[in-house]
Amino acid sequence: MSLQFVVDGLLTGSMIGLGAIGVTLTYSILRFSNFAHGDFMAWGTYATLAVVGAIAAMFGKVAPIGPLSFGWPLIAALVVGVAFTALLALLLDKVLFSRLRRQEQAIIVVMGSFGASMALRSLLEFIFTSRPTYFSRAIQIAMPVGFGIRITPDQIALLLLTAVLVLGVHLLTTRTQTGRAMQAMSQNPALARIVGIDVASVVRVTWVIGAALACVAGVMIGVLVQIRPLMGFDMLLPMFAAAILGGIGSIPGAVLGGLIIGLAEAGAVQLIGAEWRAAVSFIILMAVLIVRPIGLFGVRER
Amino acid sequence: MIDLVGYGAFFLTTALIFSLVTLGLNLQWGLTGLFNVGLAGFVAIGAYTSALLTTPDDPARLGGFGLPILIGWLGAMFVGGVAAALTGIATLRLRSDYLAITTFGVAVVVQLVALNAQKLTGGPFGIGFIPRPFGDLAETPLLFNLSNLAIVSAVTLAAYLALEHLTRSPWGRVLKALREDERAAISLGKSARFYRVQAFAVGGAIMALAGALQAHFIGFIAPDNYLSILTFQVWVMLIVGGSGSNAGAVAGSVLVWAIWAGSGALTSVLFAPEQQARAASLQIVAIGVMLCVILLVRPNGIFGERPRRARFGKRTKATASESGS
Repeated sequence: MSLQFVVDGLLTGSMIGLGAIGVTLTYSILRFSNFAHGDFMAWGTYATLAVVGAIAAMFGKVAPIGPLSFGWPLIAALVVGVAFTALLALLLDKVLFSRLRRQEQAIIVVMGSFGASMALRSLLEFIFTSRPTYFSRAIQIAMPVGFGIRITPDQIALLLLTAVLVLGVHLLTTRTQTGRAMQAMSQNPALARIVGIDVASVVRVTWVIGAALACVAGVMIGVLVQIRPLMGFDMLLPMFAAAILGGIGSIPGAVLGGLIIGLAEAGAVQLIGAEWRAAVSFIILMAVLIVRPIGLFGVRER
Repeated sequence: MIDLVGYGAFFLTTALIFSLVTLGLNLQWGLTGLFNVGLAGFVAIGAYTSALLTTPDDPARLGGFGLPILIGWLGAMFVGGVAAALTGIATLRLRSDYLAITTFGVAVVVQLVALNAQKLTGGPFGIGFIPRPFGDLAETPLLFNLSNLAIVSAVTLAAYLALEHLTRSPWGRVLKALREDERAAISLGKSARFYRVQAFAVGGAIMALAGALQAHFIGFIAPDNYLSILTFQVWVMLIVGGSGSNAGAVAGSVLVWAIWAGSGALTSVLFAPEQQARAASLQIVAIGVMLCVILLVRPNGIFGERPRRARFGKRTKATASESGS
């Protein structure tokens, strides 16, 4: 068994982990599992793709940065895409989720997110058709780094980006006032309200962080794999599994869970075959639910 | 005219098969409050089980065993019920969201097995030559469609009556009690988890039976029939009909299927063939928006007249989280 699966697993794991942060935050603060989270991923990616296209139309062909496959347009477009995805999440919260939350039945919100997911995904299929597309068709030469592992410059850059983002979100949630307000909301919403925490702003920050990271994860998939309307929906089960494995509400847990699932998937692809990849998250999910339902870093619900 | 009757029979048969799935979901969600977003998986389990049991021997895969159709149906219910029971046993002691995520995973895995376990399921090309009831009438489509409609109606009616009876039986009253005040029900000595697993298993068995009925009606199954869109359609049917009412479940299914088939026919008239895949996705968008609007405006469904359950739901949630800690 070649060690290449470690790189593949870390990359898949980064995408899953970034997505799972959003899932775990929505779950712990807004108290529902958001089935539309994967579709934030896909919408962010298509928005980024559209902006890349617009930039190419305005400035012509831009040389890529160093050995990477993309230049500044993708970075600029990613910023716009992140902003767009965050706005989309806030809009969806305003017209749908906030109203459903008022009915005080958590599962109704889950159902609403299921309907929204279906609508969002099909709308993407309507606008962009279901044909896969790519940010760049250039082929990168993978560099050998020893132990039989090869890695491309794009992959290195995206792993670094993931590390920076995870560290940033971790610091934001543990070291700032906003982050402490979020923790308070997840631990005891009623008490948080009483001590004067601005609930509406915590809800907004939660959506913005989750959607922004979903967009970045989607663009990573777009750069390394391909862009399809179903790309986010297919990530849903791994993301849920990672969030539960890490322990609901724990950001380091979500990332670690994502990496574990990514490595397990990459290992399974080598040992069993790529077609069974999606079953890995399910097996891990069931194992966690049976053995330790609160996950690695979870706390018991109050 | 004859064509129209034939199409009407075909339409109603499909709608009634959907009704059967919706009845199963109503037992799980409407009566017991268990959220199943992977019901397409249970329908698929039923369809494949029955197909395996009843198709003639095929050297390319396991079985078929050439058994009578009735055995296929019973087998489908058994396997579907066991699969649902296992799902329930693993997750029903946890928060309700975990059941939702697990059922979602079940549907993904069933889809994966259907696609990849060629020896068992025939892979992406599915299973053909599934025996059809009154298959020798296929020469005259009208007679064939009407006789199939009769069978499906009979099965659906039987399921409806059985569920109505169950709802009013002591068993159904325990489920309602658990849904509305879990702590009181438990204090009367009723095991919440045991009853919920039973309800989930019976619902899964009904869904699997519906899958088997459809497999034998069409005569051919493939993994594509059981994508998440099926789950979604059935949920819309139940919500439109008003969850909790068996009659509403049937009415909602027929109504939503009429809207679905009608708008499908409309798009095929209005759009050029190369645009039809895109138009079909717009159809799904419309239904998705419809589901969200109904949840916002009339959470009890168009036909649902029962008082709002928000208060009970809240209480159930509170007790569930307390008992979980």
